[in-house]
Amino acid sequence: MENFTLANAATLDAALAAAQQPDAKFIAGGTDLLQLMKDEVERPQRLVDLDGLPLDQFSIGDDGARIGALVKMSDLADNPDLRRRYPVIAEALLASASPQVRNMATIGGNLLQRTRCGYFRDTGVAACNKRRPGSGCSAILGFNRLHAVLGGSDYCIATHPSDLAVALAALDAAVEVQGSDGVRTVAINEFYLVPGDTPERETVLRPGDLITAILVPPPGMGERSHYLKLRDRASFEFALVSAAVAIALDDGRIRVARIAVGGVGTKPWRLPNVEAALAGAAVTPTVLTEAAAHAAEGARPFRDNAFKIALMQRAVARALATVTA
Amino acid sequence: MNEFEVSRRRFIGASAAAGGLAAATAKTAHAAVAQTSAAPVRTPEMADVTLEVNGRRHPLSIEPRTTLLDALREELRLSGTKKGCDRGSCGACTVHVDGARVLSCLTLAARCEGKAVTTIEGLAAEGELHPMQAAFLARDGLQCGYCTPGQIMSAIALVEEGRAVSDDAIREWMSGNICRCGAYPHILAAIKDVAGSGSRS
Repeated sequence: MENFTLANAATLDAALAAAQQPDAKFIAGGTDLLQLMKDEVERPQRLVDLDGLPLDQFSIGDDGARIGALVKMSDLADNPDLRRRYPVIAEALLASASPQVRNMATIGGNLLQRTRCGYFRDTGVAACNKRRPGSGCSAILGFNRLHAVLGGSDYCIATHPSDLAVALAALDAAVEVQGSDGVRTVAINEFYLVPGDTPERETVLRPGDLITAILVPPPGMGERSHYLKLRDRASFEFALVSAAVAIALDDGRIRVARIAVGGVGTKPWRLPNVEAALAGAAVTPTVLTEAAAHAAEGARPFRDNAFKIALMQRAVARALATVTA
Repeated sequence: MNEFEVSRRRFIGASAAAGGLAAATAKTAHAAVAQTSAAPVRTPEMADVTLEVNGRRHPLSIEPRTTLLDALREELRLSGTKKGCDRGSCGACTVHVDGARVLSCLTLAARCEGKAVTTIEGLAAEGELHPMQAAFLARDGLQCGYCTPGQIMSAIALVEEGRAVSDDAIREWMSGNICRCGAYPHILAAIKDVAGSGSRS
């Protein structure tokens, strides 16, 4: 790891000011940033320590949830109100990383973790458009079993690794961002960018912006939610495919369905065609399976990851069956 | 036990020297790389921090990039905490910070001011093994032993967190600690011994 200067910030304003310096980065839990720095994928000259900023509180009530960006994953996952109102968030958190990592990593940092694409994380690999814009993509013709089938481009097919972000995408959550010009709120489904020809740009954040909170709307009447994660091993692994579903049931019929998938997209991926197929439908196994089949629309498989398409359809169907049971 | 450790260390030291692998620290190795690649050598200000480890306070002046793991092992000579992957993937470096199990390889030591760190060396009170240490011995919860300090630190936290409610729950909540030898069944048995009747399959 290269050397850097560690700056403490006593106030939010001080943190934002310190981050204006070139090559500065915020550090919160540090669980991803320090990995990237050890591998010299990231080489910041200055780290702005967010410890001590008053962003570690959360409230969950009838008007929704406001989750401070510095809340630890473990503290949020353990909260009884969260588990009752937003099971999909609790399940996504508990399926993430390991107990030790969850004790360290923050909610805001989780949303900004970088892809697990091995070519991105190995600086010995010359071609990676995300790490070195214009250098090419090693994954498209390389080992791409873990890569995206949705949202990719000829420049990048790296998956977004966060489970939490997939749950938040299904719930129409928003990200509160503080920049040098004030506070703004961005819908999570507009927060992430598809790679296009600029895969180095992953979110709408501008340099020096800081996520201060996550805002989750209250669950609708009769809404149930669930997160299903499928992995190469039973625990402590990133998703091959995951499905976040939020379903409002009305007398055995689906009033509203909101569905997002992870492990398959270059960003947390909503499935509007599946949602439309479910809206107003009666809950039967056939309806759920046929609706889930729409998940494959627009998918583009590569040499090693075509299996993800069928796996995604089945994951969505199973998550729907679980949540409507 | 002690005799074995000493002789093992001597053996490793001797074979490293014989192989021409001078014991370069991470610091000097890095400087050498920086010089040959003509990259600018960064010389940031040192960070002053007082680490409280196992109830003792240690004032240190360290590079900001020093991880808690390296500070424990290289500065404080507490080599019980192990460096496995050094990327947060194996759990060998697990310690407790303010009572929570965390990965010392992904923790900057300079950010630990005012926090209480507990390592494997801090468990045995007055020469008496911690019940979890004793259970790992009784149940043979190790083969090579390299992951064991991390396993024990994680296991103690797991029981205190109240997660030891079933075999599957213990396996899930121990999933951050990898054992390359595959001693998992014995580790599970040791944790169940300590958790007592609260654990059922």
